[in-house]
Amino acid sequence: MATKASRSAARLMMAPAVILLMGWMLVPLTMTVWFSFRKYLPLRGGDLGPAGFDNYVRFVTSSSFWPAVWTTLIIVGGVLLITVVLGILLALLLDQPMWGQGVVRILVIAPFFVMPTVSALVWKNMFMDPTNGLFAHLWRLFGAEPVAWLSEASMGSIVMIVSWQWLPFATLILLTAIQSLDSEQLEAAEMDGAGPLQRFGHIILPHLGRAITIVILIQTIFLLSIFAEIFVTTGGAFGTRTLTYLIFQRVLESQNVGLGSAGGVYAIILANIVAIFLMRIVGKNLDA
Amino acid sequence: MKLSNALRAATALTLVAGVSQAETITIATVNNGDMIRMQGYTDDFTEKTGHEVEWVTLEENVLRQRVTTDISTNGGQFDIMTIGMYETPIWGANGWLVPLDDLSEEYDVDDILPAMRGGLSNDGTLYAAPFYGESSMVMYRTDLMEEAGLEMPEAPSWQFIREAAAAMDDPENDINGICLRGKAGWGEGGAFITVTGNSFGARWFDENWNAQFDQPNWKEALEFYVNLMNDYGPDGYATNGFNENLSLFQQGKCGMWIDATVAASFVTNPDDSTVADSVGFALAPNAEGVEKRSNWLWAWALAIPAGTQKEDAAKEFIEWATSKEYIELVAENEGWANVPPGARTSLYETPEYQEVPFAQMTLDSIHAADPTDPTVDPVPYVGIQFVAIPEFAGIATEVSQEFSAVYAGQQSIDEALEKAQAITNEAMEAAGYR
Amino acid sequence: MARAVSTQRKTLTTALAWAIGLVIFFPILWTVLTSFKTEAQAIANPPIFLNFDWTLENYAIVQERSNYMRFLWNSVILAGGSTLLGIIIAVPAAWSMAFVPSKRTKDILLWMLSTKMLPAVGVLYPIYLLFIKMGLLDSRAGMVIVLMLINLPIIVWMLYTYFREIPGEILEAARMDGATLKEELIYILTPMAIPGIASTVLLNFILAWNEAFWTLNLTAVDAAPLTAFIASYSSPEGLFFAKLSAASTMAIAPILILGWFSQKQLVRGLTFGAVK
Repeated sequence: MATKASRSAARLMMAPAVILLMGWMLVPLTMTVWFSFRKYLPLRGGDLGPAGFDNYVRFVTSSSFWPAVWTTLIIVGGVLLITVVLGILLALLLDQPMWGQGVVRILVIAPFFVMPTVSALVWKNMFMDPTNGLFAHLWRLFGAEPVAWLSEASMGSIVMIVSWQWLPFATLILLTAIQSLDSEQLEAAEMDGAGPLQRFGHIILPHLGRAITIVILIQTIFLLSIFAEIFVTTGGAFGTRTLTYLIFQRVLESQNVGLGSAGGVYAIILANIVAIFLMRIVGKNLDA
Repeated sequence: MKLSNALRAATALTLVAGVSQAETITIATVNNGDMIRMQGYTDDFTEKTGHEVEWVTLEENVLRQRVTTDISTNGGQFDIMTIGMYETPIWGANGWLVPLDDLSEEYDVDDILPAMRGGLSNDGTLYAAPFYGESSMVMYRTDLMEEAGLEMPEAPSWQFIREAAAAMDDPENDINGICLRGKAGWGEGGAFITVTGNSFGARWFDENWNAQFDQPNWKEALEFYVNLMNDYGPDGYATNGFNENLSLFQQGKCGMWIDATVAASFVTNPDDSTVADSVGFALAPNAEGVEKRSNWLWAWALAIPAGTQKEDAAKEFIEWATSKEYIELVAENEGWANVPPGARTSLYETPEYQEVPFAQMTLDSIHAADPTDPTVDPVPYVGIQFVAIPEFAGIATEVSQEFSAVYAGQQSIDEALEKAQAITNEAMEAAGYR
Repeated sequence: MARAVSTQRKTLTTALAWAIGLVIFFPILWTVLTSFKTEAQAIANPPIFLNFDWTLENYAIVQERSNYMRFLWNSVILAGGSTLLGIIIAVPAAWSMAFVPSKRTKDILLWMLSTKMLPAVGVLYPIYLLFIKMGLLDSRAGMVIVLMLINLPIIVWMLYTYFREIPGEILEAARMDGATLKEELIYILTPMAIPGIASTVLLNFILAWNEAFWTLNLTAVDAAPLTAFIASYSSPEGLFFAKLSAASTMAIAPILILGWFSQKQLVRGLTFGAVK
């Protein structure tokens, strides 16, 4: 067991990381909370005095607030669903013996290396553009009317772009988990006459539980704050304004830092609700 | 010891002698054609003055958020910022910009077009020097008009525009009767629908800062625009902005395009445009019986943030970049059609420039725009396609998003106008106007 | 281990996997191909796949407009510096969490992760003001610190899960032999954790390389990385698919190549302790 000395040494070693992150969290957080109670309008000369709870009330009663919360949840949920389901299928496929496995693996994980801004630009202009995009050419080839993806199917398009970026990550983690599966167990089940579906349901899926929670946890953290994908493609129009984007509009487009900061506090609350929800599931799994 | 003493003495000497030191200035600018061309001529400036230039080139929206953050926090990252007619008077009034009231004799500040000078000043003090200026006008395909048996008047009405769009529309050959901006954003579709509103007699605010989207003029304007575009516009026009329409027009996919006058030099440039030799120009339209036309006024201008350490070098740069000599330099190398337009009176008096097909129409369009009297009914604000108050960019972006949702068929005009009214009044209350 | 698989089935899986792989990779491939076309060919209908006149003109134009090497160098320094600094700070923390766990260890870990949920744009003004005060605007040092802090929670967590996989008996044996804490860390733990550290380094290098909010808003000239480079191509005028593709290719090529060379390492290491 750990001695007293090693305990204090441990605390000492943890200190830099903890102190730094504490600072990184507390300093901006304190400033955000402070600003959220001020009438802070940079273009009108800065801090114009206390605002009480005005900013909080105004932000939450604005007609854009609830739609933004829903948009956020739909994007996060949609991307999670797509990446986890497709990730499992893809991982199962890539685990099979085949020729050129290494190359296929490279092809599949490549999107993960692409900057969000670049991937949004490429999708928007070269694929989804209703006049010159590749999809439009393809649609016309089959005699169909080209679809204006980013206006007519805005949410679907954004979920698709983001899923494309995150599918490699999900696939990788799930693949590693599948590869660690005891193949004797599978063979034994096969001998016992279990079909592929039963084997998947009873052996593979439970084994993947922990990996799936990891995927969900990490992705949620990043997805709650996606920004570039929306900024580049729709600019928040056509019902794609997430909470993060709404705060961006308040802080930078309307130059109302007080109001935006109140929004920031709401976003932290939302993130924490999602986090507590996640930790409940993940926390259990992390102990295993 | 000795060396540093000598250095100190030398520095003191130069200071006494008043020899300007070579500095490196940092300039934030937008990534459009004329600005990128200017970067190519930086060497000429360095040769003349000894100052070096660092460019920070950003896309318009990113640029705006970047420079606004910096100037409102006094961050001091840039010695020159490229800003527009919307920001200049507001920032000038806040004391954030260095007044440009001591420009040199040779610079000839009185040569700047009065409309531009007025729009870039606050209380009569110039705060930014225009690099180029623009209004908006109709650009149309002369070959298609001829085929349709129509003739474009110099000052068309919206009704005529609709008629011409119907005649030129040819889906089989991939030609749309008309291309217009529909993209969300105050400087994109927001600007276009605002001037369209002006030309139907609508306005953003009444004299008491009440939003006016509940007035019939707005509904009329929006209905006209939406019907026109649904009937004869390109697919997905709800996401088309200036760049998208420019490329459509250059590819020969539009019969008409009403947009910034600076686009004229791009659509008539045979290197980029497939229709370069068959483009005609006309004044922006109005609804019949309405005295205001739908043309806007805008300038990209160079300004110096107060607090920069390199004010003198920055001023030298501005004098160089917006001078008559710079225009001549570009004309010499790239032809008169490619010089930055719309900033100086003398340019329009140059015989060579008068030969350029779009020169006169550009000037006429600029003259037809009056930021101090933009609408039929009186308004409490200055600005044609914008309202020169700090809150406008945020409000108009959200309003234009509601309108773009109409263009995409996601909500009705009535719903959008109702939301626009609510958004605007909400924000104006938050800002303490009402 | 190896189950007998019929050639027929293997052929079928191979075909299917390759088809899916190519579909996923296609946007990148298309971007790279388009970057070698002229603007007219880039938007041609029907699209031209390979049969075009390959040209380097777009790259020449992009290079002429902006100094690519400076942006690239800044990206390397920011991503590399922040990852290195992050590892130095995270290794001791993860070590102590893994081997001297207390009741609060898990809470601390989860709290660290939750700091990542603060929406960046909400704190732009506070951080900007702070950076002005400390003179860190547009400095590489400032950006290295910010990127390190952003990724530190992920680094600590990844390392923690790797360290936990290391059997405790080895450490006990080392302690019996009188190894000091320092020796334990340097001679036993680190070598065993090298694969884990390597994949942590890789993942965080990628994350730092692609971070586009802070790197864009807190830099101007001296510290501007490739994310700022691409921001000047987001929407230039006229026909620009080819130039956009060239700029995009230049922005993603270095990290893509690095990723490809190290993908085995990444695949092995990216478990976050998911494999048990």
